[in-house]
Amino acid sequence: MLIKFRKPSDALTSEIVNKGFYMNRRKLLSAASALGGIALVSSFLPTANAGRPQFTTVKKTSWGKDLKPTTLDAITSHNNFYEFGSGKSDPKKNAHSLRPEPWRVEISGHVEKPGIFDFEDLIKPHLMEERIYRMRCVEAWSMVIPWVGIPLAKIIKQLNPTSKAKYVAFQTLLDSEQMPSQKFPILDWPYVEGLRIDEAMNPLTLIAVGIFGEELPNQNGAPLRLVVPWKYGFKGIKSIVKISFVEQQPQSSWNIQAPNEYGFYSNVNPQVDHPRWSQRRERLITGEGGFAALFSKKIDTLMFNGYAEEVADLYRGLDLYKHF
Amino acid sequence: MALNRSKIILKNFLFVASLIPLGWLIFALWSDTVNGSKFMTADPVQKLNRELGDWALIFVIMTLATRPIAEVFNSRYLISYRRMLGLFAFFYAALHLTSYVIIDLQLNWDQFAKDLIKRNFILVGIIAFVLMTPLAITSNKKMIKLLGSKVWQRLHLLIYPIAVLGIFHFFMMVRADYFRPLIYLTEILALLAYRYWKNLMTAKSKAPVDQSSKSAKQSFYKRVLYLPRTIKSSK
Repeated sequence: MLIKFRKPSDALTSEIVNKGFYMNRRKLLSAASALGGIALVSSFLPTANAGRPQFTTVKKTSWGKDLKPTTLDAITSHNNFYEFGSGKSDPKKNAHSLRPEPWRVEISGHVEKPGIFDFEDLIKPHLMEERIYRMRCVEAWSMVIPWVGIPLAKIIKQLNPTSKAKYVAFQTLLDSEQMPSQKFPILDWPYVEGLRIDEAMNPLTLIAVGIFGEELPNQNGAPLRLVVPWKYGFKGIKSIVKISFVEQQPQSSWNIQAPNEYGFYSNVNPQVDHPRWSQRRERLITGEGGFAALFSKKIDTLMFNGYAEEVADLYRGLDLYKHF
Repeated sequence: MALNRSKIILKNFLFVASLIPLGWLIFALWSDTVNGSKFMTADPVQKLNRELGDWALIFVIMTLATRPIAEVFNSRYLISYRRMLGLFAFFYAALHLTSYVIIDLQLNWDQFAKDLIKRNFILVGIIAFVLMTPLAITSNKKMIKLLGSKVWQRLHLLIYPIAVLGIFHFFMMVRADYFRPLIYLTEILALLAYRYWKNLMTAKSKAPVDQSSKSAKQSFYKRVLYLPRTIKSSK
């Protein structure tokens, strides 16, 4: 259970949070006392309240402040989460069998203290941040998603990896009872992904636990998932159960499935086409449907999904055609 | 005659029924625009294109299934529906291509040319459509008379490469969800297998003793393509 332990010196959550969307359910332990009252409340009002428990204190950041978020309805009903079916509408329909509580994450490899952690213990010491990021799917559509999460760098610093840790590997839950389509060999289960350690430490990289100020719905990868906004969306591995710090480049599921189509890096790059379709442009999904969406213009794909300033340095000197 | 009446009614019914998929798609788009309910998902461009392509392939399969069904029910007049089904296959394929060029590509002809040159699944689809076009054009009675029965029949054998290319196009497009393409592939293979088997049975019954006869020696693909007429009834 996520129980908030309140000290007398802490402000009442009802004083911080607008009563209009304060929900008296499970609350995350905030680090407001430790970090000295910098908590600013996320002033988002979800367009369609999914009824998920809300985070009480979320620090607003300047990421994506000029972007118009896609509607919550679209974000939670249009997903690639093949563990629950390969259709875009399947995860919302089928993900009810996932049990995000209680959840444990195994930390292994070249770290100071490997072990199995309760999910809450991993994120408890950290302040939730709101990050509004573009998300670009390799299928040439995109969304703008207001994530709630913690920079992966903060979690990694806490785990204290040794110098041998060159890569971070992630793994999704393997349980065909909770994830029925794992019974079929659509992909090589469990879903795995990986990042270079410097990519993982980049300030953009996020461990997301919520959307629009609410806890992640199952179909979006509850209870925690990776968000790497300058890479194609499939790098954002969902429902993580294992994080390993390794020396060798780890495997990634789509690279196993089609190595000539999906590389380890998978940086968003309009100049490097997918073997079967162009990556120069994308359809932005805003949430409006029907004829309005049919005739909305496609937008040009940006290098590194518009995050070139923050990440281009990571790839200086790297042949991006070869290391796609 | 009552029987003719019912044939006409059935044909009209089939025509209207074949328009239902399109009607539903238009309704779904309208409903999503007005109500925001997501029949067409949050990405209607992709959903519309995909549905139109699916229906084109379904109608191709139905066209191929007409003959076996007519033989099972031993009634030749069912074959008369094959032309309508084939034309609807062309119709949905044309809409599928149109939705791709106008809505997805947004009339970016430069990008269209690039898509073809890259020799990806788009090219396979275009070839299938190009092959469908002469079949659509020559579908009426005047054309049969003009071309002559033999030429016309040979031309319309193109439905086989069209069906195969269509399935191939579908397979090449998906990422890992091969469930639906496999279903369509199974159906088409079953229909082709039926033709082969039927040809074999007919050949055997016609020349049970004379093993050197032409019908006994037909090659595999000829057995699939050239199926002799076996329906006795003219009803």
